[in-house]
Amino acid sequence: MKKSNTMMAVPLVIFIVFLWFLWKGLSNDPRILESVLINKPLPQFSIESLKDKNIIIQSEAMPKTSYLLNVWATWCPSCRAEHQYLGKLKQQGISIIGINYKDEREAAIAWLQQLGDPYQLVVYDEAGQLGIDLGVYGAPETYLVDALGKIRYRHAGPMDETVWQSQFLPRINRLGKLGGKQ
Amino acid sequence: MNHLICRRHCWILCCLLMLPVSVLANIDAYQFDSIAEEDKFKKMIKELRCPKCQNQNLSDSNAPLAKDLRQKVYNMVKQGKAEQEITQYMIDRYGNFITYRPPMTIGTMILWFGPFFLLISALIMMTMRIKNKTADLNQPLTEEEKHRLQSIMKQHDKEAQ
Repeated sequence: MKKSNTMMAVPLVIFIVFLWFLWKGLSNDPRILESVLINKPLPQFSIESLKDKNIIIQSEAMPKTSYLLNVWATWCPSCRAEHQYLGKLKQQGISIIGINYKDEREAAIAWLQQLGDPYQLVVYDEAGQLGIDLGVYGAPETYLVDALGKIRYRHAGPMDETVWQSQFLPRINRLGKLGGKQ
Repeated sequence: MNHLICRRHCWILCCLLMLPVSVLANIDAYQFDSIAEEDKFKKMIKELRCPKCQNQNLSDSNAPLAKDLRQKVYNMVKQGKAEQEITQYMIDRYGNFITYRPPMTIGTMILWFGPFFLLISALIMMTMRIKNKTADLNQPLTEEEKHRLQSIMKQHDKEAQ
């Protein structure tokens, strides 16, 4: 008799597990895609610098410490929203590499002059090919790349204090210290 | 003379009316060397999903990213890449999400076979229960049960009298 009682509980347990998954699914934003490049090396590239089209920046020139890779454009309102916060991160000694994504060079340079330049380097991805290689599906996006050149995290959407504290800092602390000032 | 001018104007008007149509058709004009190539391109952009506007395929979407990816598919088709290579190229960058024909993984296997598994296990459990019940019925009565049966029958006989 006791054995059949425990057998009766099995469907109930399965049902509760099922409910839990459905419940979790409710708070899932289907627009957020997980990057497939996590824990993979940054794609190779060789692109013009934003500020000088005669300078070609290779992927080998990326910092040898961990750094942030920020995809931005002047046509993207959220990029304007996060720009000030990127400046703050720069002041904290964090290296940020910019990817100017499918933008106009003059407008982008003017934007940096007007709003400040938080980037150590900006590459000019006019055709969006680096964007495709990175799996970019919108701007802004921010990647965390470690000292070995592996992508550790991708955040799609504007960077702010909450995202930085909850998503980036814990990962950076796990990786060791970030940025030039060490 | 007046009549002639009007005619000429009509002609210009007709040209103007046709203009936007031809411009629109030129936005996404791809040249193909063969029908097979064109079919492949059309098939690929129908099977690949736009990562930006998620319920549209590359063929339907007007998002700039979809346009870029269409161009990418076109270039790869022109280079003679196989369908699988093109799909793999996209999956390597955007994940399985990008294809409307996701490959078999543990996750998708649960989705495909989970319901059948549940159905079969439910059927097995049901038949086992039914078997147990009928097996109970075929058991000979114990001494105690025989006594109870007799007393019930006696009671019944008395009531009948």
